Amino acid sequence: MSKEKIGVYICHCGSNIAGTVDVAEVSRWAGEALKDRGVVVSRDYKFMCSSLGQELIQKDIKEQGLTRVVVAACSPHLHEQTFRNACKEGGLNPYLCELVSIREQCSWIHPDKAVGTEKAKAIVSGGVEKVIWDEPLEPLRVPINPVTLVVGGGIAGIQAALEVANAGYPVIMVEREPSIGGHMAQFDKTFPTLDCSACILTPRMVEVGSHPNVKLFSYAEVTNVSGYVGNFQVTIKQKARSVNTDLCTGCGICQEKCPKKVIDPVFEAGLGYRKAVYTPFPQAVPKYPVIDRENCTYFLKGTCRACEKFCPTGAIDFTQEDEYFTFDVGQIILATGWDLFDARRIPQYGYGRLANVFTSLEFERLTNAAGPTGGKVVLRDGVTVPKSVAIVHCVGSRDQNYNPYCSAICCMQSLKFAHLVHERTGAEVYNFYLEMRTPAKGYEEFYQRVLEEGTHFIRGKVAEITDAARYPGEEGKLIVQAENTLIGKQMRVPVDMVILSAALEPRRDFKEVARLFGISCSEEGWLIERHPKLDPVATMTEGIYIAGCAQGPKDIPASVAQGAAAAARVIGKIQQKQITMEPIRASIDQEKCSGCRICNNMCPFNAITFIEDRMVSEVNPALCQGCGTCVAACPAGAISGTVFSDQAILAQLDGLLLNNLKTLDLTPA
Amino acid sequence: MSEKFEPVIIGFTCNWCSYRAADMAGMGRIKYAPNIRLIRLMCSGRLDPTFVIKAFAGGADGVLVSGCHPGDCHYIEQNYKAMRRFYLLRKLLSQMGIEPGRLKLLWASAAEGQIFADEVTKFTEEVRALGPLHWDPTAALEAEQSIYQPAEVAA
Repeated sequence: MSKEKIGVYICHCGSNIAGTVDVAEVSRWAGEALKDRGVVVSRDYKFMCSSLGQELIQKDIKEQGLTRVVVAACSPHLHEQTFRNACKEGGLNPYLCELVSIREQCSWIHPDKAVGTEKAKAIVSGGVEKVIWDEPLEPLRVPINPVTLVVGGGIAGIQAALEVANAGYPVIMVEREPSIGGHMAQFDKTFPTLDCSACILTPRMVEVGSHPNVKLFSYAEVTNVSGYVGNFQVTIKQKARSVNTDLCTGCGICQEKCPKKVIDPVFEAGLGYRKAVYTPFPQAVPKYPVIDRENCTYFLKGTCRACEKFCPTGAIDFTQEDEYFTFDVGQIILATGWDLFDARRIPQYGYGRLANVFTSLEFERLTNAAGPTGGKVVLRDGVTVPKSVAIVHCVGSRDQNYNPYCSAICCMQSLKFAHLVHERTGAEVYNFYLEMRTPAKGYEEFYQRVLEEGTHFIRGKVAEITDAARYPGEEGKLIVQAENTLIGKQMRVPVDMVILSAALEPRRDFKEVARLFGISCSEEGWLIERHPKLDPVATMTEGIYIAGCAQGPKDIPASVAQGAAAAARVIGKIQQKQITMEPIRASIDQEKCSGCRICNNMCPFNAITFIEDRMVSEVNPALCQGCGTCVAACPAGAISGTVFSDQAILAQLDGLLLNNLKTLDLTPA
Repeated sequence: MSEKFEPVIIGFTCNWCSYRAADMAGMGRIKYAPNIRLIRLMCSGRLDPTFVIKAFAGGADGVLVSGCHPGDCHYIEQNYKAMRRFYLLRKLLSQMGIEPGRLKLLWASAAEGQIFADEVTKFTEEVRALGPLHWDPTAALEAEQSIYQPAEVAA
């Protein structure tokens, strides 16, 4: 006989549970069969999570003097907090309440009412046995460091950094490239309003660069992350710029004088050149150039030093080495962005083989007034203006062979391209699309506008792009072969230029990023949010948030919205000043510890230290995350875990197997 | 034995991936074998081998251990420790005369409700094919006590 007074509450959840579980029978059974186990009250109610249901529990705590509560309802991931709070308000320690799931794990998956009822009884019985062993606990409170790390300096990261910085909190921004700005800096116009990308982006970049609350590391990477929410330690590797930023004024003379021209595969998408000492573009933030050591003549051959000779402030420093900085940060926002699908993976589209097949990013650079052609839309030869252009949608997306998902931005981007080709060349434009997806504000109107401009829209997937002419009029052209599925006919459209609207893909190094920050990614490699609808910017790891295309393909407004949303979450946490953490922790009984140190290597958070002079191990509760691996590993049984103690788990096991109804006595002595 | 044997299966799931996979299966109203009863741990690394032995001793016919996919562990790498214990346990069980097939390790992410459900049904059928374990808990308890009886040791 347990000395506890246990209340058992069975929820109907409307008909969600009551439909396949005889809740009245479970409640009656619990009251009778588990009476010896300490159950003094057993009730069923339509909606336990409603305020009336919660009051029911609170009333029983007060009137019947309940010392333990078991609620059998939905998953603990949904309402554990609700019922813990209800108990707390009723005057019972919230950790003396167990929520067992008879909905997700019983009523919803078993159509047979008799089977469901029996299983529900076992689950309730398990909960009752476990709750006997639960201990009253207080949530841990740890202070939160207001410094926030933003990884990625694209528009999502910029927005997040500015929001946090403007709220008055310090931000550390890390960008891999020499300048912040991300992909948006490469564009000329943005859909659907066609406002100039640089005009709206550069002021934000400058604001980040000059904000007193933002410490910007460009040409840098995060190499190590440890700690936990509110108290992370991050190591940032500042790659050697070979330019002393204290002396550099950003005058640009070094770039002018550098004799080495290199194809720029990143910012110019391989379409233009930069120097070996460079800033990716004139408006770069920070303004300091970097020397690309793989291409610099001095680093390759030991001579040249033209930049050093001409630098008016003597800022060039060939001896600079990679530097590592360690910072304490409270929270982290990941806005690491996307990479473009490699169109070479679809050989029949001819990219890389046929000169005048362009990718979307290349075309963005072509139309950019600051790009390699000064904004002139011309063929690969650099002079010929195309008379006809084909734009192919869904290249590498919505395709089972490559990426099954929709890249979200390609339809609108292709419409923008169609408009820009029209505007700048007057060429005939053919858009090959699968479905037209224009689901945001002003997008459909933009589609109508492009339709009215006379763009040809052909619904069908392009089978092949070839330069092999078969009919008169095709000589010297690129022939786009596709089926027009609206009229059910094969078409061959000869054009001068083809633009492939390639898919957005996760960053190539998404796996390392996910591992470094301890978060998970989907099969494709997008970082996974805590909840797809209700918590789109948090991750399963407390204190780490995601924003922008790192989470999935999205356009600029959505990226900005997510950046701001992540910042709001961060600011909200900072303003609480401390973080409440679940008191699920391990502790070591020093009397029992034999000092074998097996647990020391078990802990991935380095929470266990060995105390040499006493020859015992000790757990640092602030670092312990409560996984319990050390508890399971301790050969002396010296480590115990709260909430999930050995006794509680074994008791729950016996309850689930209904052995508690037999003579085995499991009550705490 | 006209009645179909219904095995009792205990499932140990981690809080972050596999318990959520079970939740996901429920939310998707995916129907699967009702024989499993879950115990939620914070991490599959929390699995003390004793839990599995006690489950069999207590009347379970099969035990499922489920955690996050390798590399996805919420606690970085603790599921690898569960995996090591799993292989050790299988060996131990076979030495005790229990078919190793009664213990199963399943990696299930929070998104894999369907996989979780399918695997539970499959495992239930496998255990059903193996038949009841018939490990009498009282006999086990008696055996345990008999070892510690000083009189017998002396004799």
